Amino acid sequence: MTATTQSASTTAAAGSGVRARLSGFFNQDVVLALLVVTLTIFVWLVNPRFLAQRNVLDMLNNSSYIAVAAIGMTMVIISGNIDISVGSLIGLLATISGQIAIGAQDGGYPLWIAFIVPLFVGALIEAFIGFLVAYLRIPSIVVSLGMFSILKGALILWTNGVWIYNLPDDFMLAQQAPLGVPVPIYFMVILTILAALWMKYSATGRAIYAVGGNREAARLSGISEKATIMKVFIINGVMVGIASILFATQFNAIQSTVPPGLELFIITASVVGGVSILGGTGTVIGSTLGSILLHVIRFGMQFVDVSQYWLQAVQGILILVTVMVDLLRRRRQSYSGRG
Amino acid sequence: MEPILQLTNISKRFPGVQALDGVHFDICPGEVHALVGENGAGKSTMIKIISGVHRPDSGEIRIDGQPVEFNNPREATERGIATIYQELSLYPELTVAENIFMGHAPSSQVGPFRKINWGEMFDRAQEILASLNIHDMDVRRKVGSLSVGNRQRVEIAKALSINARILIMDEPTASLTEADVERLFEIVRLLRERGVGIIYISHRLQEVFELGDRVTVLRDGQYIDTKPVSETTEDELISMMVGRTIDNLFPKLPSEVREPVLEVRDLRRRPSVRGVSMQVRAGEIVGLAGLVGSGRSELAQTIFGITPAQSGEIFVNGQKVEIKTPAQAVKLGIAYVPEDRGTQGLIKEMTIRENVSMAVLPELARGGFIDFAREKTLAQEAIQQLNIRATSVQQIVAKLSGGNQQKVVVSKWLASKPRLLIMDEPTRGIDVGAKAEIHRLMSELAVQGIAILMISSELPEILGMSDRILVMREGRLVAEFSRDEATQENIAAAMMSAQMENNHLVMERSAR
Repeated sequence: MTATTQSASTTAAAGSGVRARLSGFFNQDVVLALLVVTLTIFVWLVNPRFLAQRNVLDMLNNSSYIAVAAIGMTMVIISGNIDISVGSLIGLLATISGQIAIGAQDGGYPLWIAFIVPLFVGALIEAFIGFLVAYLRIPSIVVSLGMFSILKGALILWTNGVWIYNLPDDFMLAQQAPLGVPVPIYFMVILTILAALWMKYSATGRAIYAVGGNREAARLSGISEKATIMKVFIINGVMVGIASILFATQFNAIQSTVPPGLELFIITASVVGGVSILGGTGTVIGSTLGSILLHVIRFGMQFVDVSQYWLQAVQGILILVTVMVDLLRRRRQSYSGRG
Repeated sequence: MEPILQLTNISKRFPGVQALDGVHFDICPGEVHALVGENGAGKSTMIKIISGVHRPDSGEIRIDGQPVEFNNPREATERGIATIYQELSLYPELTVAENIFMGHAPSSQVGPFRKINWGEMFDRAQEILASLNIHDMDVRRKVGSLSVGNRQRVEIAKALSINARILIMDEPTASLTEADVERLFEIVRLLRERGVGIIYISHRLQEVFELGDRVTVLRDGQYIDTKPVSETTEDELISMMVGRTIDNLFPKLPSEVREPVLEVRDLRRRPSVRGVSMQVRAGEIVGLAGLVGSGRSELAQTIFGITPAQSGEIFVNGQKVEIKTPAQAVKLGIAYVPEDRGTQGLIKEMTIRENVSMAVLPELARGGFIDFAREKTLAQEAIQQLNIRATSVQQIVAKLSGGNQQKVVVSKWLASKPRLLIMDEPTRGIDVGAKAEIHRLMSELAVQGIAILMISSELPEILGMSDRILVMREGRLVAEFSRDEATQENIAAAMMSAQMENNHLVMERSAR
């Protein structure tokens, strides 16, 4: 899939200005978008019902909370880290949000608190992870794996796995659809655009790329790599908080457990979206397109009548291919002439 | 006596550098043959050729008069050549005995498997150590828990376990205490009596005179001479090591030296910076000379806040300051072009534009967002000023040549408009053209009033560029020369031979 991107960017450096500009347009994000469209057309040719308006909106709607969580994950991965705990965290924050909503129904405080608290709790927990990673220099995979188990255990102890019902109608944010478009899609689009602009144009965004690209060089350039990593995790916490609200409000009940494999699905979306697992490169737009691509595949399989069990395998192959292409690209990128 | 090992006319070229050019070397049984030369003279390359790590481009290696070719280190080991490198290559989590017999443990065949005979291995390890007069080491102990001196003894025992006839020792005393040095010398003498040929590399010329039978001098990859130790002197060796001519590559412009920009007093950071006091003034280029490991880079990193000082005072423009992080140093107007641009200087996946602005992001940003127009202008100016050969400011720096990458690092720091520029080996590994351009730039910056502290292992560069030269050894400044009084000989002597104070003690003790 990204093979085209790679050859495009290789010729970009070697080629003339015009060719460079042309292939600059053919960046990874454009290739991903074309892939989404191609795949959609393919499924549509097999089964025209696939492009019914309801199906398309459903598909995008389902991608949304994954995409929002993947925005945070993308920043974490670009900074050279990873966060395994997001699956548990979404489960926990969704439950917190639901419990608060039920409390609000009984009176005493307004409902919007149910939408705000998860963002703060998410930021707080991720700040703790960020602290351990940035200041104590514990590898993020270890910290977040530990946090994954802690949160998962805490959630089960708290709820005993009992589902939350009787949620107030006003709480069902994800079920609203102004102008016929479900709310989660607005969140996905707006947050993606804001985050993409912020990553590209802000000094902090640049610092995130720098720390992920070469932590030591960034530090020696006067960038505070510790503060940068803290910020990344805190932003991730807020994104996970938003994702958890979209997740909590999509059905009339909240599952109160951790959706199995959710964190891997989110990481897959980022990686398939072209975010280098080694840190330093990737875009938020890519990761959102990655989330959509995964959902096109998931929904498309139903429409062309392929067993859902294939989904895991296809996801796995996508990860392997993108990571391989990324590594090959890096290897080829280094200067090969006389030093 | 017939030499065991003979190297004739050995040449080896690496990209951009002729590491060895027609070098001769031989060693007889029961001889200590010292190999000396400055940093980069080709000693390491030669060891690596003897031990099978590199293959020579041309020339001949003979063992016992028979021509040989080594395709890998194992083949050299099989011919009885063992090497003890500066950084020891032991497995800390394994026992002394396992390390000694790594790769050839006594074993017996049991069906399709080989079974290690632990008892035999421990016994034989003990025997080997005993043969070196080492009786105080437990062969069942993990190597990681041993002192540096003891680890080195394990390395030597390891060499003997393969019946090494040629033992190469690369700077064996560099990190040893005096007592350990003494024991090492005893072992070396023991091995010599046993007929082992020892190739002994050391910067400490006193050791050469104490242990060596013959000495070979290399300089810039060239073979200079081989002499019996008894027929030479320290002064003669130094002049053979440094006798380079200064070409006119570096047109240092005269510059007016003004007020001090940096002053440090009794700066300390264990273990490498042990009480340094000095000044660098505006408009002045101070050259910092010293051997690898003398603490030059560590001093620079302490000033820049990478490894903050443990004690001592730093003054910038007369103000006493505390520098705990590089970010603080940058704010004070200090810039640091590191020794290793790949790991410390550049973010290789990023463009020239992004790298050049890295140290000035706060100034370029308005309300947290980067002014892209100014950033682009900055990068374009850098490309022009330093003559960086690139297709555009958008080029990924990984695709640039070494010299152009170095120019990007330098422009990053020029963008920060520093008062003090610290450059650690600013021209290492770059081509002659880029080198001259960086020297021209340094000279111009000094004229503009920037204070420059340059670390270099190349004496011609030090002599050509510096207004004043400081020499560092073992974490301290040991000599200072003005531009007029400095020569290769007196700098080199300060770098190396004044080891005497230390080694006299060793010599007295081992004489007893």
